Amino acid sequence: MKSPLLALTSLPTALHTPGLEPSVTTAATSPAISVSGLNKTFRLPHRRYSTLKERVLHPFSARSFDELRAVNEMSFEIAHGEFFGIVGRNGSGKSTLLKCLAGIYRSDSGSIAVEGRLSPFIELGVGFNSELTARDNVILNAIMLGLSRKEARMRFDKIIEFAELEEFVDLPLKNYSSGMTVRLAFAVTVEVEADILLIDEVLAVGDAAFQQKCYEQFEQLRREGRTMVLVTHDMVAVERFCDRAMLVERGTITATGGPHEIALAYNELNFGRLVEGAVASDGRYGDQGAAEIKDAWFEDDHGERIKELPQGEACSMCMEVLFHESMAEPIFAFHLRNEPRHTVFATQSDWRMEHVGDFRRGERTIVRVRFDSWLAPNRYTVSPSVARAGGGADLVDLREDLADLVVHATRVTGGIIEVPHTYTLERS
Amino acid sequence: MTVAAAARRRLSPEHETRRFWHLTWTLAVTDFKLKFYGSVLGFAWTLVRPFAIFGVIWLVFAKVMGTGHNVKNYPAYVLMSLVLFQYTTGIVGMSLSCLVDRQNLLRKIRFPRLVIPLSVTLQCMFDLGLTMIAVFIFMAISGVYPAWSWFELVPLIAILTLFGTGLGLLLSVLFVRFRDMRPIWDVLSQMLFYASAVLYVATSVPENLQRPFLANPIAAVLTQMRHAVVDPTARTAAETIGGEARLLIPAGIVVVVALVGSWAFMREAPKVAENL
Repeated sequence: MKSPLLALTSLPTALHTPGLEPSVTTAATSPAISVSGLNKTFRLPHRRYSTLKERVLHPFSARSFDELRAVNEMSFEIAHGEFFGIVGRNGSGKSTLLKCLAGIYRSDSGSIAVEGRLSPFIELGVGFNSELTARDNVILNAIMLGLSRKEARMRFDKIIEFAELEEFVDLPLKNYSSGMTVRLAFAVTVEVEADILLIDEVLAVGDAAFQQKCYEQFEQLRREGRTMVLVTHDMVAVERFCDRAMLVERGTITATGGPHEIALAYNELNFGRLVEGAVASDGRYGDQGAAEIKDAWFEDDHGERIKELPQGEACSMCMEVLFHESMAEPIFAFHLRNEPRHTVFATQSDWRMEHVGDFRRGERTIVRVRFDSWLAPNRYTVSPSVARAGGGADLVDLREDLADLVVHATRVTGGIIEVPHTYTLERS
Repeated sequence: MTVAAAARRRLSPEHETRRFWHLTWTLAVTDFKLKFYGSVLGFAWTLVRPFAIFGVIWLVFAKVMGTGHNVKNYPAYVLMSLVLFQYTTGIVGMSLSCLVDRQNLLRKIRFPRLVIPLSVTLQCMFDLGLTMIAVFIFMAISGVYPAWSWFELVPLIAILTLFGTGLGLLLSVLFVRFRDMRPIWDVLSQMLFYASAVLYVATSVPENLQRPFLANPIAAVLTQMRHAVVDPTARTAAETIGGEARLLIPAGIVVVVALVGSWAFMREAPKVAENL
């Protein structure tokens, strides 16, 4: 039923438009989704006319429109089998983009080329009717998503089994809890034969056990080689599942990159600290105008730079900063992360020191944070940053994962940290 | 450069067509079922409306005012024409708001937008089919017996379906932009009711007005229905309008309405999700 070869022949020539963002996907295989120069503008009349009378009474005033560019010259590619996250604040245009991809909205200009079968829906459980039973809803939903009546009936048992709702098959949906409804919706969705799934905010509901199940299902989809485009606010989901992600702000792509980098950029954006347009692809943020981080490293108590550390020994993380302008009371910060990208430890200078002092133009300084290492055996990286002081602290320079350190031990406990501890036994 | 929509690889064409019908059918069946969900009498309610109105009309016109004395099988004619008229305007009335009623689907799933108005038509056909059984029973009781000419009902209903669906398509896209199509249609359908020879027969209209009168496709269909079903001695639509060639006028109206409706719908359909 799937015939990617056929699809290839129908790809537009616009696929290799110059100026298309280079992506991490290999050039050898064509992408699952290729978007080039996509635009979508909404015309919002200053006054909304919904009756003829208003139109008759004010025939000319309707001509003034606010143009909202929901999608502005977007170009990107998504590879086959890739889990691609689209993040952004409310109203940034990410859902509009998804609707354009799904073919629900017609774009104004630009091209979208899709190779493989694209799922037609962007939300789980669309078209569920609360009056109908789960049985009727599953059949209805499956048909809506492209299965035939026969196929829907054949897969019905599998769907109900996955959703674990065998006992409630003939209960109207209105008597279902929201978690049960989502379970049912998700179960139908994964049965639909689509190579590319587009999903808008999926993991917001459901209990912990079900979320775990969704996660497992995602892994399954990934193993099957399906492509997933996920629009979400949930950075945990992005970091956990996405191979790549894209940050969208006011209709334009602000950054494309690794999930962690994008999650971080999103958080920065949300807290209003990211200087617009200053995201570099190598995990460096800020404009580096006033100061620049030249280097970062770990060192032991003898002042020797180290790449590895026996567990339990103290160490320091350091950064060297060069000031291009004079700065008063800058804020230095370190983020220490382990291999699964958890922030194990974070600190910034204004939490611990009342004054770091003022720095002159051209001055170099080394900032050192010494700590007793409670780190469990793992590989750690440090991301140093410098920011301006003040209410809306401005990021000047942030360099992701600039230095790394391997902590080793003879015994691996599986814990994230090794807290100093002692045993006592009381025997009576 | 416009959108290379053709490059959007979806399903194979036959798969797409199959999905179209599956979806239309399923939506129609589901809505048909839902309409009676939780009601004790269920489908019987569909029959209540035409039969109750019929009862009133028959009482007021036939008994009190004495209309229809000279019309053979007048009650059968009124009931049949009432059912057919309500079928036609039912399609239009439900199509009118169908896009707005289904906005949840339109905004979230890609599917041929035509599915929605067509499922409305299909649902009305289910209704008509079941109502017809009751109507035939009533006619048998009142002394009108089946004849081969009753098969003329099939093309006649097809004409009404085309007319209602075409008008419904047009009004449904207009309704998305102008919500006042609802009261406009309410008034129009009332006027159409009195202009369509439901309560009376077309031949009772003054001779000089009969020709323009039958330009109304519903009136023409009902007149032909009278000849074919109720009273074979009654004049056919062609005889009443004055020649078969003149039937091209109501036929032309049906075709034009259907074409304009389809054109307007196809034009607006891709944009309907964002205009809702």
